[in-house]
Amino acid sequence: MAAQGATASRSGLKSALPLLLPAYLWLTVAIFLPLSAMVFFSFMTELPLSGKPWAFTFGNYAAFFSQSLYLTLLWASLRLGLEVTLWCIVIGYPAAYVLAKVLKGRSREAIFLLVILPFWSNGLVRIFSWAMVLREGGILDTALNAVLPFKINIDLMYSYPAVIIGLVHSYVPYMVLTCYLTLQAIDDSLIEAGRSLGASRLQMLKRVIIPLSMPGLVAGAVLIFVPVVGSFMEPRILGGRTGTFYGTVIEDQFVAVFNWPLGAALSFILLAVVLVILALAAPMLRRAA
Amino acid sequence: MATTRILEWIGRLYIWLLLAFLYLPIIIMALMSFNVSPFYQLPFEWTTEWYASLWQNDQLISATWNSLEIAIITTIISVVLGSAASLALYRYDFPGKKFLQALLFPPIAIPWLITGTAMLIFFFGVGIGRGLFAILLGHVALALPYVIVVVSARLQTFAPELEEAARSLGANQWQVTWRVTLPWIMPGVIAGGLFAFAVSFDQFVVSYFLSTPGQTTLPVEIYAAIRKGFTPEINAVSTIIIVVSMALMLLTARFFKFGGEK
Repeated sequence: MAAQGATASRSGLKSALPLLLPAYLWLTVAIFLPLSAMVFFSFMTELPLSGKPWAFTFGNYAAFFSQSLYLTLLWASLRLGLEVTLWCIVIGYPAAYVLAKVLKGRSREAIFLLVILPFWSNGLVRIFSWAMVLREGGILDTALNAVLPFKINIDLMYSYPAVIIGLVHSYVPYMVLTCYLTLQAIDDSLIEAGRSLGASRLQMLKRVIIPLSMPGLVAGAVLIFVPVVGSFMEPRILGGRTGTFYGTVIEDQFVAVFNWPLGAALSFILLAVVLVILALAAPMLRRAA
Repeated sequence: MATTRILEWIGRLYIWLLLAFLYLPIIIMALMSFNVSPFYQLPFEWTTEWYASLWQNDQLISATWNSLEIAIITTIISVVLGSAASLALYRYDFPGKKFLQALLFPPIAIPWLITGTAMLIFFFGVGIGRGLFAILLGHVALALPYVIVVVSARLQTFAPELEEAARSLGANQWQVTWRVTLPWIMPGVIAGGLFAFAVSFDQFVVSYFLSTPGQTTLPVEIYAAIRKGFTPEINAVSTIIIVVSMALMLLTARFFKFGGEK
């Protein structure tokens, strides 16, 4: 294959082009050109098509660095991303371990599917469903008051914990999936060998299992961290007034304030942050793939 | 030995707790769509009133049709273009192939907020503007990488000798593709198509930035309704959506499983 490929290199491109062109043209028009346009517009005072005079400016970026509001919000979003990722590791990793090493056969397949299934269903609807559980007089409130002998008020709705819960619920299947894939690849005989040589469970976990499943952990963390930093719908629905993050401010620029150039600059800064994170994780991700 | 058994038992229990965490809110939301009280009050009393009132909601119904149309057209376009690209990436070697494969990941990895706002700016700038056509353009671009990844995965299991055998028996390139390769990768193509449908049908963020009043999709309408206040009607339509998308993914899993392993 390889030798054949090397000699057929030039003619290969000629035959491949008609098949490749439509798909990549589409991606160019709908993804790559828009991303480039966003960078371009972020240096403008006005949108050229609005009819108003426009000029090049660094003002949108100056606004980001001079007003502490945007930096504070970006920091808040990064912290949110970090917290959600940590919770997903704490909750998802043990589940992935049980799936990969304890459950077997059909029950493993069925449960694996059940864990992954919600992830591919509508994210907006799943966030909305938490409103039913978390609000005052909601299910959590009612259930706890029915069980507990004293009266408590659970009203988590429109709070920071509500946003965390909703996001963890949305993204924990990612962590289970990526960790499961790397954990499953660890040979059981390796674990048995370690145990028979006298390693305790904890030692095995620390010295063998966690290091070997690291690529899956990193892949899951990146896949969760990146979209959470850019989230706006989840904080809006579950966070209410406490749910102002970097993503919601970008949303505002496009749908409420109509300052598109500033929105473009804010989006591009987020994109830069995301790309740095992806680049840092790239060596690990390549090992996971 | 006893500790192992206890640990395994705790592990199983833990998985069930996780499943409860994942499914209970959805189940509660679905139950509330059958509850009489418009303020979600208990005790529970059965009704299908909220589903009936969905039929009266013209805005929601037209948004549903938009969603379905866009999802179906997205599926067809992205499956055709994506399968063609996968075939080319599988069959031929050429300079820059690695780069083209790497280009598939930005659309998946970049947050939709960024992609969506960038599309809004660009489509506005070149005169396409907002609306259903813009949404379709965006959805196909989001679905294409998934289709290419899934179909390529299936192609990895294909034996190139089969194509050579067909060729040596006198089949031309078109016949080889149509009669030999395509039937083999069909499960991958179907799985890719179901993925594409799900990506489009459940897509909220990109549709949100590209829609205009009157030209929206179902998730965008639901978001607008949620921000006005919670009503059991939202529960009803949400329940329908979640049932449809879960059924779709179960189908996908079936095809991918039957296709992927042997």
